[in-house]
Amino acid sequence: MTDTLIASILLWAFVIIYSVAASIDFGAGFWSMVYLNHEKTKATNIANRYLSPSWEVTNVFVVLIVVALVTFFPGATYTLGTVLLIPGSIVLLLLLIRSAFMVFSHLVQKYNKLLSVVSGITGILIPALLICVLPITEGGFIARFQGVEQLLLTKLLTSPHVLSYIGLAITSTLFLSSLLLTDYSFVSKEREAFAIYRKDALIVGPVTLLMAVLTLQTMHLEADWLYRRLFAHAPLLLASGVCFFVSYIVLLLPQQRGRVIHLPRISVFFAILQYLLASYAYGAAHLPYIVYPEVTIESGFTHPSTFRALFVSYIVGFAILIPGFIYFWRMFMKDESYLRQKP
Amino acid sequence: MDDILIARSTFGLTMGFHIIFASLGVGLPLMILAAEILYQRTKDKDYELMAKRWTKGQAILLGVAIPSGTIAGVQLSLLWPGFMEIVGKVISLPFQIEIFAFFLEALFMSIYVYAADRLSPFMRIISVFLVLLGATASAVLITNVHAFEGTPTGFRITNGEVTDVDPWAAFFNPSFLVTAGHVTVSAYMTGAFMIATIAAFKMLRAKHLGREYLFHQKALLLGLILGGTFSLLTALNGHESAQYLHRYQPEKLAAAEGLFETQPYAPLAIGGITDPETKEVKYAIEIPWLLSFLAANRFDEVVVGLNDFPEEEWPPLFIHTLFNGMVGIGSLLVLVGFVGFAWKKLLKKETFPRWAMWIFVCGGPLALLGIEFGWVFACTGRQPWVIYHVMKTAEAATHSEGLGLFFILFLLVYLALAVITLLVFYSYFKRHPLRPLDGKEETVK
Repeated sequence: MTDTLIASILLWAFVIIYSVAASIDFGAGFWSMVYLNHEKTKATNIANRYLSPSWEVTNVFVVLIVVALVTFFPGATYTLGTVLLIPGSIVLLLLLIRSAFMVFSHLVQKYNKLLSVVSGITGILIPALLICVLPITEGGFIARFQGVEQLLLTKLLTSPHVLSYIGLAITSTLFLSSLLLTDYSFVSKEREAFAIYRKDALIVGPVTLLMAVLTLQTMHLEADWLYRRLFAHAPLLLASGVCFFVSYIVLLLPQQRGRVIHLPRISVFFAILQYLLASYAYGAAHLPYIVYPEVTIESGFTHPSTFRALFVSYIVGFAILIPGFIYFWRMFMKDESYLRQKP
Repeated sequence: MDDILIARSTFGLTMGFHIIFASLGVGLPLMILAAEILYQRTKDKDYELMAKRWTKGQAILLGVAIPSGTIAGVQLSLLWPGFMEIVGKVISLPFQIEIFAFFLEALFMSIYVYAADRLSPFMRIISVFLVLLGATASAVLITNVHAFEGTPTGFRITNGEVTDVDPWAAFFNPSFLVTAGHVTVSAYMTGAFMIATIAAFKMLRAKHLGREYLFHQKALLLGLILGGTFSLLTALNGHESAQYLHRYQPEKLAAAEGLFETQPYAPLAIGGITDPETKEVKYAIEIPWLLSFLAANRFDEVVVGLNDFPEEEWPPLFIHTLFNGMVGIGSLLVLVGFVGFAWKKLLKKETFPRWAMWIFVCGGPLALLGIEFGWVFACTGRQPWVIYHVMKTAEAATHSEGLGLFFILFLLVYLALAVITLLVFYSYFKRHPLRPLDGKEETVK
């Protein structure tokens, strides 16, 4: 395997981990806003209990992705940094506001409602903006004026392809988060919250599939090179679709406690697998282009000796950090006293 | 304003804002760790309570420090794509390793804050220690890139292409250790003096020698002793930093001192304004021979003046004032820490006079101001270079337009956040007042 491919796979892995974790995080913020006035159901509490410890760790991934991109593909950084100035800055402002308010609402309960609204709205806007990076890298939205690359903002915002991507991002955010909260409230034995989130997941699920098909159609029209390459990976796409149905059907089954692995967790597993497979197919079809048609993984790659040093530091770093992650997981995801605490 | 200046202002704004929270975010864990250890050693409940209250403060600060740090990281690529292209090829290791430090800090901060009641005393100390380690490592590693900008090593540029890259040589560039040390000890100093500030302020309002007064007096003393120690270390290290400038970036030292003529037995100018027309520092107090001595520990050392460099490569001359501000504040804080310590421990007085308390109240804000001066000095003093004698700032900047709007937006959001942060501090600690008698005020969450 070549160095560039290893670097691409690592970067892809970070992006997909962040996408799933952040979708759940952003969506949980949205649900916490939606159920703000359902005092009895505790749905907001469940969402907040999940959010409190996890947002900081999720936030670190933003930096991890940017750093991985800069360090592995400095050539791509130049183009992406230049064209993403405007959408990137807006995302940063929203992230700043959201993150700050998340901590504050934990400390000062008086403003809880206002703060839930802030994290709910930003929880929808941020994924909608972030997803735009995908169509931008598919080509057609960057032009050169006097040798300087510029983003064609009007074209971007009126493109059906971009709009269907935004739809896909928002519905996926809501689907994944409601599914995970179903599982979370199941483990926490919160019946009403469980019923609400299960219903939400059942409603949003089919819409995500519809948006995915729509996005494929618009891709056919606007980025046909990718569309054709994507079909070289048709079995993966098919497997991804199958995963969706497995996840959905498991969610429809009557839910009971007391099994070895409970059903909502299986649903979550297959839903995440569905996104992993689809995004693997997407990534593989996208190669070798980082930004079509100008930047490839070869042209943007870092200096080979730097790559080797980086690679070693990744292995050492993760070897040190993984015990920390496991400890963290046990503290917040498995610890019964934390999950069942009274709000 | 031209585009380069707007880009510099936008990034400077982000850093100027972030650095407040970052410095306190490095300094405060040290205080929390000190309080946790003192509690385990003395079993004095006051120290446990201090650690708890400071942790709440730390959580609020992190709420701003982490996202503003994220912004700083992403803005580097958005505003300085040319610079980041070289960074990616040569000096990407510190960015990479910093991520791990950042993870370490975020993980254990979450564990320490949200699971404090489920941790054993030993794991609590370990958790805070790892938070401190992660925060300090983050500061050291990002300073590594800053040091590289001043003393770039480990690569060559031939025909515009980066070649012969040795990432570890770039990492261990000559000024790394001394610069990173300076940032670290000054952050510890700032955290400690901030605690002293709050404690002194509370003591002024509390009943004299009452329970609350004595509680804050312990915090004040801890802050003054640690703050004084680290300000002394900052000063010693600062002296060495100046000698590095003399060796590696002579025009920066010359501009910091307003020295135009290259000369042995060079004088040190304190205060005053550098005048580029007459090539002298007006209204300054000059101490003969001292600059030569500071630069190399000998009076006959030849210190290079600005005249030896083309004028378009001079750093802005106002950095003389920033340099004086930084050194002045640093020296003052050494004195404040020492006087506080001597009054209590050497003279064995029971309480501080009120005027001294007001000086302690000023300590924390002064330390922050010193850090801002020092940072602006370090970065503007390198201008017009972004990588010293390799790449000019103008070559590194983005060519995108419309930056002005974002400068204003970021300015507004930072202002709003600063106000909200203060409100949250006020509102949280008002609703959770100190009740040291029972030691159990933190029952709300």
